[in-house]
Amino acid sequence: MRGVGIVKGETAMKRILVACLALVALLAVVPSLQAAAPPGPGQQMPDFELPLPKDGADRNYLGLTGRLFSFGGGSFRVAETKAQAVIFQVFSMYCPHCQKDAPNMNTLYNLIEGSQRARGKVKIIGVGAGNNPYEVGVFKKKYQVPFPLFPDGDFIIHKKLGDVRTPYFIVIRIMPDGSHRVVYSKLGSFGDPARFLDDVLTMTGI
Amino acid sequence: MFTTFRLVPYLLLAGLVALAPAPVAALSDAYKDNLYETGILKPVDSVLKVKVGDRAPDFRLKAVSGEQVSLGDYRGKKHVVLSFIPAAWTPVCSDQWPGYNIVKELFDEHDAVLLGISVDSLATLFSWTNQMGRLWFPVLSDFFPHGAVAAAFGILRTDGTAERALIVIDKQGIIRYIDVHDVNKRPPLDALARELEKLPK
Repeated sequence: MRGVGIVKGETAMKRILVACLALVALLAVVPSLQAAAPPGPGQQMPDFELPLPKDGADRNYLGLTGRLFSFGGGSFRVAETKAQAVIFQVFSMYCPHCQKDAPNMNTLYNLIEGSQRARGKVKIIGVGAGNNPYEVGVFKKKYQVPFPLFPDGDFIIHKKLGDVRTPYFIVIRIMPDGSHRVVYSKLGSFGDPARFLDDVLTMTGI
Repeated sequence: MFTTFRLVPYLLLAGLVALAPAPVAALSDAYKDNLYETGILKPVDSVLKVKVGDRAPDFRLKAVSGEQVSLGDYRGKKHVVLSFIPAAWTPVCSDQWPGYNIVKELFDEHDAVLLGISVDSLATLFSWTNQMGRLWFPVLSDFFPHGAVAAAFGILRTDGTAERALIVIDKQGIIRYIDVHDVNKRPPLDALARELEKLPK
């Protein structure tokens, strides 16, 4: 009788152990399934890297010319862009509003490049959520986009940014010590490019 | 005590199902909060009735624009790409045709036309595609008899929606390519571009 009691106790212990392990496994899986929230003003960008652009003009624009290419092509973080502010656009070539907004984005780029106050200090980066390199290339060619666009074919960056709808805009201020903070984070078109650039310069104190 | 532990696997399973990710799509703000979340669906839920090399079943369907479109109208004139989508006002579908809308040149270059087909009613398709801007290609309703064209190709799912399928038909009416795609994912555009390249000039 005593022996049977021990066996029953061991079985119960095993079940408790299995249940605990299963719960630990579930808790480990939960964060990866839950969408993050987009970074708000005052916060930092989530941690992700973009591939170094193959195009020399794009590398030059982002101030990444000194970067060495590794076998994988190399990568950089948005806050490593040589700029005081980065306008980060989440778009998709499949998004009607992004298509409609494309000329506005080009106007914004031209305003920045034509402004003594902003040129070289404010840069634009676009990431195509769910778009592979071919699809990003189609969008870039169709709208003659002059700033660097990056693919996010597997929605990895999109998920880190909280599964935002498109277009979504995040403006980050990069400080001289390399630290950064988000100053703007909003869904939808920013409207008039000139007014938006003024707002960006004001928000970032450039 | 033991009863409680026996429930643990079921509770874990329920938890995982509840947390299962939605279909992967970057939703355009064009649709606001009007899209119906389908959750993850069975990737393919039908049995093809055609294969590459077969003559495509002919059909005549009404387009949102009001015209009647027949596959036979293009015989000897244009290659035809059929893009079946499962249902209007759902995430991945809403994230597919707007992309085709900016690559008309790709189809023109290969002397091909695109026909979008859905089992939804004309009224539903009208209001849904209006959110995409002005589409250059006809959008056809396979609503009544329900999904008859999708059924003829063997891509009508058991719930009455169609598969997310791309079918390329040459000018002779012969099927050159079939992609019955995972319904939860958008087919990459470059795969279709490669198939268009293969069509006889």
